[in-house]
Amino acid sequence: MANAPTTLLAEITHRCPLHCPYCSNPLAMVGGDEELPTADWLRVFAEARDLGVLQLGLSGGEPLARKDVEELAEAAHKQGLYTTLVTSGIGLTEARAKKLRDVGLEHVQISIQDSDLEMADRIAGMSAAARKTEAVALVRELGFALSINAVLHRANLDRIGEIIELAASWGADRLELANTQYYGWALKNRAALMPTAAQVSSAQAVADEAKRRHRGRMQIIYVLPDYHETYPKPCYGGWGNVYIVLTPDGRALPCHGATEITSLRFDNVRERSLGWIWEESQAFNAFRGDDWMREPCRSCPRKAIDFGGCRCQAFALTGDATNTDPVCTLAPFRALIDQAVAAAPSTDYHYRYLTVANERR
Amino acid sequence: MALTALSVPALWRLARLEFDRVRQQPVLLYPEGAVLLNQTGAQILELCDGQRSIADIARILEERYHCDVTADVVEYLSQLEERELVRG
Repeated sequence: MANAPTTLLAEITHRCPLHCPYCSNPLAMVGGDEELPTADWLRVFAEARDLGVLQLGLSGGEPLARKDVEELAEAAHKQGLYTTLVTSGIGLTEARAKKLRDVGLEHVQISIQDSDLEMADRIAGMSAAARKTEAVALVRELGFALSINAVLHRANLDRIGEIIELAASWGADRLELANTQYYGWALKNRAALMPTAAQVSSAQAVADEAKRRHRGRMQIIYVLPDYHETYPKPCYGGWGNVYIVLTPDGRALPCHGATEITSLRFDNVRERSLGWIWEESQAFNAFRGDDWMREPCRSCPRKAIDFGGCRCQAFALTGDATNTDPVCTLAPFRALIDQAVAAAPSTDYHYRYLTVANERR
Repeated sequence: MALTALSVPALWRLARLEFDRVRQQPVLLYPEGAVLLNQTGAQILELCDGQRSIADIARILEERYHCDVTADVVEYLSQLEERELVRG
């Protein structure tokens, strides 16, 4: 019998006006005409709540690219889900923001690319930074809880201090400083995004100091750059333990990077209830518990802490999802990580575009 | 910063106290997280309104439980304050 899940990340669309090269969406994306219709999302949110889900992220892509976000947020609120709109801020007009507030949405997370607006637009692959500033002001004015999220990489990590102060000047309640995790587009762009060890260590010091200084006003969450760590990050409390991701076309995943694992079969909420998928599906059961583990994980006391790390990362880098996450310094494949960290930097970005060519068929 | 009997605790602006009908248990919800609570914990948090001191809260609970709970309330709320879920 599985635990009850606590968190649902609904990636309601892959459409997005931004083209960030660190996007964790897969390279093969879901086209607009394949997206789950409103009624299916509403049914799934009710099923999620009945299953025990407490937290909902309305994410993407850019969730505001869908016209029904307000309807989805309203249904989620009525279910009692604590709902976060995870947005770039582009498309958040005053009318839409007011409507979202009126239907009960509590929390908005806006991404920023940099404190330097010119660099921010370069990373976004479009002119977005000024409009984001307006969206932030709107969110504050309407009284939403506000989180700012900044993905960190080689081109902006040296400005972590400025990014923190910018978020503080906006009156953010929360700031997520997320060092890039290398999935999807980010993995493709790894050589251009990878920071140096020196950058990582000064950034950590700045974040630690700021965390203390802003305590009680702005909560700072610092997501570690796992390639520069000794041990891997824990996989969302363990595979199939608390977390569900839904793709825009309704496939249920135990982790947003899971579609890359070719040995898994993903059931779709169009055909199966979320409860069945959680309890019975092959994908959610594949790495539950620790029976699947090999050495060095199997006999390692840390397996209760980090669950062998990330299955998606193990697959993406070694071709076998049952291997130890290569980030672990005890793992036989750690050299893959060290080589990536030491590799010559690239200066070109492969921007994220949803085109007919990379649409999932 | 540790809390004392004189602290006046309030839930973080982003945190919300709920009763989860699925788990039949009170929960404290906040962005990207949830703490499953027992009945006593929920009773303490219900009294954290940014007006009452911990001493006031302890007095109310003492009437229910007929024993001195001040130290327990200080410790419980300090743990949540450490996680930035309660402000004191």
